[in-house]
Amino acid sequence: MKKNWPILVVDDEDVMCESMGAWLREDGYHVDTASNGQKALELAKAMDYAICFVDLKMPGGMDGIETMMEIHRIRPEASIIIITAYATVDTAIQAMKEGAQEYIVKPCNPQEISMLVSRILKLKKLQSENAILRKKLNRQYRHSDVITKNPRMGEILALTQDVASLRSTVLIRGESGTGKELVARAVHFSGNRAEKPFIVVSCAALTETLLESELFGYEKGAFTGANAQVKGKFELANGGTLFLDEIGDISPKLQADLLRVLQERRFYRVGGTQEVEVDVRIIAATNKDLAEEVHDGRFREDLYYRLNVIEIRLPALRERREDIPLLAEHFVQHISSALGRDVSGISAAALKVLIAYDWPGNVRELENVIERAIVTCRNGMLDEPDFSWLQKNAVSSQNWEVPDVPLGELERRAIVAALERKHGNVKEASTALGIDRSTLYDKLKRYEIVH
Amino acid sequence: MNGLCLVAIGSVPANALDWIEDTTAEWFPLPTRRLPPLSIPPSAYDAKRRQYQSVEMMKMLAQQAPRDASRVLGVTDVDLAIPMLSFLFGQAQFDGPIAVVSLCRLHQEFYGLPPQENLLRERTAKEVLHELGHTFGLVHCSDSTCAMSLATHIELVDAKAEQYCARCGTQLVHRFTTREETL
Repeated sequence: MKKNWPILVVDDEDVMCESMGAWLREDGYHVDTASNGQKALELAKAMDYAICFVDLKMPGGMDGIETMMEIHRIRPEASIIIITAYATVDTAIQAMKEGAQEYIVKPCNPQEISMLVSRILKLKKLQSENAILRKKLNRQYRHSDVITKNPRMGEILALTQDVASLRSTVLIRGESGTGKELVARAVHFSGNRAEKPFIVVSCAALTETLLESELFGYEKGAFTGANAQVKGKFELANGGTLFLDEIGDISPKLQADLLRVLQERRFYRVGGTQEVEVDVRIIAATNKDLAEEVHDGRFREDLYYRLNVIEIRLPALRERREDIPLLAEHFVQHISSALGRDVSGISAAALKVLIAYDWPGNVRELENVIERAIVTCRNGMLDEPDFSWLQKNAVSSQNWEVPDVPLGELERRAIVAALERKHGNVKEASTALGIDRSTLYDKLKRYEIVH
Repeated sequence: MNGLCLVAIGSVPANALDWIEDTTAEWFPLPTRRLPPLSIPPSAYDAKRRQYQSVEMMKMLAQQAPRDASRVLGVTDVDLAIPMLSFLFGQAQFDGPIAVVSLCRLHQEFYGLPPQENLLRERTAKEVLHELGHTFGLVHCSDSTCAMSLATHIELVDAKAEQYCARCGTQLVHRFTTREETL
């Protein structure tokens, strides 16, 4: 393992290079030595050193600080330890300022140097682990992972690529379950903010005051229970992206606050007197028609135009039926391996059923339906009977006699009925209704349904 | 090849070489022979630090050693150091023929305590196994009771056993049974 972390020792004294090299080799490291800065640079070009010990004073040519700076130019990741025989505060400060990780005075205790090396390598291992995990995470949200052969979705993906590295606000519109968050992640992880945080806030799930402190944070003593200063999502997302889901549901006061942040990139924490400046890209999503909300006076027009710089409208699943077989196959593979079930595929007859269905809950509903079918499937292939209940639902909805009541009342009754069927379980009820939980909460609030 | 050569550098405790020979005979299938003692090379002395540079000692061993020697182990009672480190218990050429062990910091007297010959014998054996282990390609071991673990102070030497752990021992046996080492 230690061989993966090569070390370079740069010193004009041969005895120093030899003895230090020998001592580190005994510890299992690959060690190279260089007697001057020039040779060190040649070696650094060929080998990615984890640690470079560089003597501060080398007569003629480059001194230690220059050598360090040049090595850093070639190998920015290398940790440089400056060695000196004379401890002076000035040179130590200069070395650290120029980017040395450590500064040691020779001779030093063997224990000190052994701990120093293992401390640096521990950090490097964590850093490389972190880089690998980040890469894995980024791969999860690549555009190629959005499964589609629908031309409109293709255009949308191309658009997300184009706008990925801009700071412009993106507004994603689409019914529940169409993959608004997935697209938002794709925008974030393909742009130049990919290494920075992607923070999600579901605006419908929180009350106005909670959402305000969630977004902007609060100062100690701002309200009862505010025992310490807490950073809001805007600050946590600094440098990265803030995804505001269900933006159509925020109160007029928060609309005004949000407009100010979008315009000035600054805000006050709740109870705060000092402005906080942030660099955050906003991606907002809604399943509402915001233009209509503006028209009806429920959404600020100025905020709407601020948000709607780049608009992405995601089609419902029924508008891209050609993707249903692809998505179904993908979910079968993914869910069966996650659940440890041996289900290898889905039959053509079953796909026909899925293609014919209207999917009010879109891709999320499809995923749930496949999961249910996998759980109850008795043989290794999903077939038509595994989805018979879906057909029944579809048929019964077609034959359903619609009562003569306002649309809102119809929705209210459907929600009450779903909650009753699911014994008050909001998560299950929202799945059955094909909407997400935050939308259901919002509707419960709107229709004043107590559950 | 002509086995493992033991050589005193300067004066060393009377029976130190006997202890070392007992240890090497137990662990290494090489005949051990003693070379005439060498005097400490003047170039090794660092007057400023009042210590001896181990690199100079090793250079001398390399020059003086018989050409056919498989390994040469120098034993000294003076305090060893290298420019970077304040002291060394010993040093070896990794996977090479030369090693040197200093008994200076293995004496209880160094720490202001009354002499304890048994303890000195144990510590000497551990350090000999450690440095010779390096010459046979063993690196530091994470098992603190193994002779190959890195000891940066005397308490860590005392924490070791007078033996290699199973992993290092196996590696050594493997080396003797499959590689170029001749008996």
